[in-house]
Amino acid sequence: MKKIIFIFSLLLIGFSAQAQTKEVKKNKNAKISFEVDGICGMCKKRIETAALKTKGVKFAIWNVKTHQLNVIMDERKTNVAVIQSNILKVGHDIIGFDDKKLEATKDAYSSVHPCCKYRDEEIVLDHEGELIKQKKQ
Amino acid sequence: MKKYIISSVLLLIPVLLFSQTNLKGMIMDKNNPKDNRGIYGANVRWLHTNIGAVTNEKGWFSIPYNPEHKKLVISYIGYKTDTITITSLKPIHHFINEESGLSEITITSRKKATQKSFFATVNVFTVNSDELLKAACCNLAESFETNPSIDVSFSDALTGTKQIQMLGLTSPYLLITQENIPSVRGASQAFGLTFTPGTWVESIQITKGAGSVVNGYESIAGQINAELVKPFSDNKFFLNAYSSLNGRLELNTHFNQRISKKWQTGLYVHGNYRGEKFDKNNDNFLDAPLANQINVMNRWQYTDAEKGWVSFINFRFLNDEKQTGEIDFSPTLDKGTTNAWGSEIDTKRFETSAKLGYVFPELPFQSIGFQIAYSNHEQDSYFGLNIYDIQHKSVYSNLIFNSIIGDTRNKFKTGISFTYDKYDELVNATDFGRKENSVGTFFEYAFDNLDNFSFTAGLRLDTHNLIGTFVTPRLHMRYVPWKKGVFRASVGRGKRSANIFAENQQLFASSRQINIDNAGGTIYGLNPEIAWNCGASYLQKFNLFDKKGDITFDFYRTDFSNRVVVDWENPQAISFYDLEGKSVANNLQIEVNYEIAKNLNFRTAYKYFDVSTDYKRGNLQKAIQPENRFFANISYETALKENDAQWKFDVTFNNIGKQRLPNTASNPVKYQFSEYVDSYQLLNSQVTKVFSKKFEVYFGAENITNVKQKNPILASEAPFGSNFDTTIVYSPIFGRAIYTGLRFKIK
Repeated sequence: MKKIIFIFSLLLIGFSAQAQTKEVKKNKNAKISFEVDGICGMCKKRIETAALKTKGVKFAIWNVKTHQLNVIMDERKTNVAVIQSNILKVGHDIIGFDDKKLEATKDAYSSVHPCCKYRDEEIVLDHEGELIKQKKQ
Repeated sequence: MKKYIISSVLLLIPVLLFSQTNLKGMIMDKNNPKDNRGIYGANVRWLHTNIGAVTNEKGWFSIPYNPEHKKLVISYIGYKTDTITITSLKPIHHFINEESGLSEITITSRKKATQKSFFATVNVFTVNSDELLKAACCNLAESFETNPSIDVSFSDALTGTKQIQMLGLTSPYLLITQENIPSVRGASQAFGLTFTPGTWVESIQITKGAGSVVNGYESIAGQINAELVKPFSDNKFFLNAYSSLNGRLELNTHFNQRISKKWQTGLYVHGNYRGEKFDKNNDNFLDAPLANQINVMNRWQYTDAEKGWVSFINFRFLNDEKQTGEIDFSPTLDKGTTNAWGSEIDTKRFETSAKLGYVFPELPFQSIGFQIAYSNHEQDSYFGLNIYDIQHKSVYSNLIFNSIIGDTRNKFKTGISFTYDKYDELVNATDFGRKENSVGTFFEYAFDNLDNFSFTAGLRLDTHNLIGTFVTPRLHMRYVPWKKGVFRASVGRGKRSANIFAENQQLFASSRQINIDNAGGTIYGLNPEIAWNCGASYLQKFNLFDKKGDITFDFYRTDFSNRVVVDWENPQAISFYDLEGKSVANNLQIEVNYEIAKNLNFRTAYKYFDVSTDYKRGNLQKAIQPENRFFANISYETALKENDAQWKFDVTFNNIGKQRLPNTASNPVKYQFSEYVDSYQLLNSQVTKVFSKKFEVYFGAENITNVKQKNPILASEAPFGSNFDTTIVYSPIFGRAIYTGLRFKIK
């Protein structure tokens, strides 16, 4: 019994040890996706520019409707945290799933154009009205 | 023993914890983000593992998590497979896209019929099908009537074929492409634009100045690209019938059919016919040729958005017959005799092309495209006793690779191209057959700072069997100095071998003697044409009285280092020779677009041309080229009713300024033209009544004020005499033309 347990434990140790030493391969073209708050085409430009100006980011596209930001980046040069911090710096909040927000600082938020104040419900509603109007045409 | 057990348990704990740690998330449909509807049954799997999960009715899933796992693959039938990187246990919230995501609907405001791009680096504007419908443009040559940047002129009194000009240079100096494959060139130069029916055209992109190096080295004044309707997006069925009081009948039909999920095909048939003889000016010559054209195209489109493949395959056949000349001319009896003067131009053309594009699914910024086209153009023609036969076989292929350097602010295109042209050309008894081929490679770098500055720099290197090895540099830049204003500049070089006969076919319908002053060059004894084009453009958008408008200032200059001078200055001869001295085309254009009221748009333009060449007899302004032109267009649409019914009105006004005519001083007084002709005005208008999405009727008139040139044919009473000349045409011949037609479509 003792022996069995011992061998079993050894096996497990070996397994976890291996798991720890195995280096995670860094992907040259890693695709990541997270949500960024914003409202309009102007926000889109600001968000995408901030993402793209992060060294190592190759491609960034933000969807006005779904608020998803899709990024292709070189993992050897950057990581999600850096990109996110650059987006926060230009004044856009990042939303986790359970509404857990990575909030941009007041200073950063105040730098966005008045029409892009996504925290202001009225402005958001205003844009939605415009979207509907455009859709009809 | 106990110890061991404890330690084992301790060791096991993390494993157990791991296996119990799950990543949670929700998969949703990108098209329904509002109602947050999850997708039931989507597959979620760690990349390169067998660990997977399936989403529940609400779109939720839970999958065992292990820090080793970085990439989550999300797939669902009919949707694009996504791979996302997971760095923490935070629940994810992911939208997936339908596979046909390529046709994702984007919300835009109502598109203008002509769009001047604010963001493109090159000075390009797009004419879409709405604009093309403003005039009953029966073919590509006629689709520019409502557009000020392109001038439409008449090339001769015989065929009445419309020629286009940009920056004061005729179409040979433009690169005319069909879906970016050079199309109107070589043997088809004179009539090629009339070989693409208007209803086949989805949009036209007009680039002023030096074009891109990607499409070759030939463009000098600009590029016109026609995008044809696509089986994927065109109507299932379309019918357009047109008839004009000048005896022209046209019929266009489109059939588009989906073959499978990935294959679409379309069959487009065009026919036009003119069987009635008109001689309204009583010169015993037909005012417009008898014509008969059948034009059939079959397109195949393949789209596999998931794997990133797009492909087009086209087959096209054209048969075009024109007969013109004296009213009583009968081809069977009078051909080759001096009983009556007549001409027939018969063209058969077959072309096929294929395009294959691959976008790397994981790298949307990287793609490879391959184009290949083959055409066989055969024109048999005679003009009185002059015989002109040309057969042109052409192969074109281009391989383009697009990618980025670092990030999408730095893009590049590179590739190689190959062309082959074989001409069998017979002018009376002289054979001018030749083979031309070239291999080229190009690189184009585009920088965009995502804000106010971008530029494109291209360079290509070509080796041509007859015109040597040479480089073609092109540079475009764009700068936004302030809000709604954009400044563009371009400079570039173009080189081409002139097809002197094909481009100047009207010469055969005259008694002019043909002279080629051999300069020891390789094509007709002439040297290739080389020109530098540079230009600047400034566009300012504005809001005046709460209505949108824009104003554009363009200035372009084309400077020829060598040009094949076409000298019409001796009425008894036409001479071709290499330029000695200067040949310059300056063009200034000021254009204003303004929305006067809702649905009432006004467009006006003033153009100044200074096109001069050193001829043997001295520096002269180009003949039959007005120095000043003025253009205005007003269009109005009534508000859309519920069933999409509406009225559309369109009026175009052109003032064609004073023109210099070729010298006719050595002719008998009777056959002399004055040195200059006065300006004249043209007015076109069209009314369209849209009954529903399916059906509309249009009615219009060209040249409403009935302007006609008095004697377009010199010495028409003695067509075999020494003064016969149909080439000096500076205004319309036919007079007013009233037409009507209908369009019917099934989505």
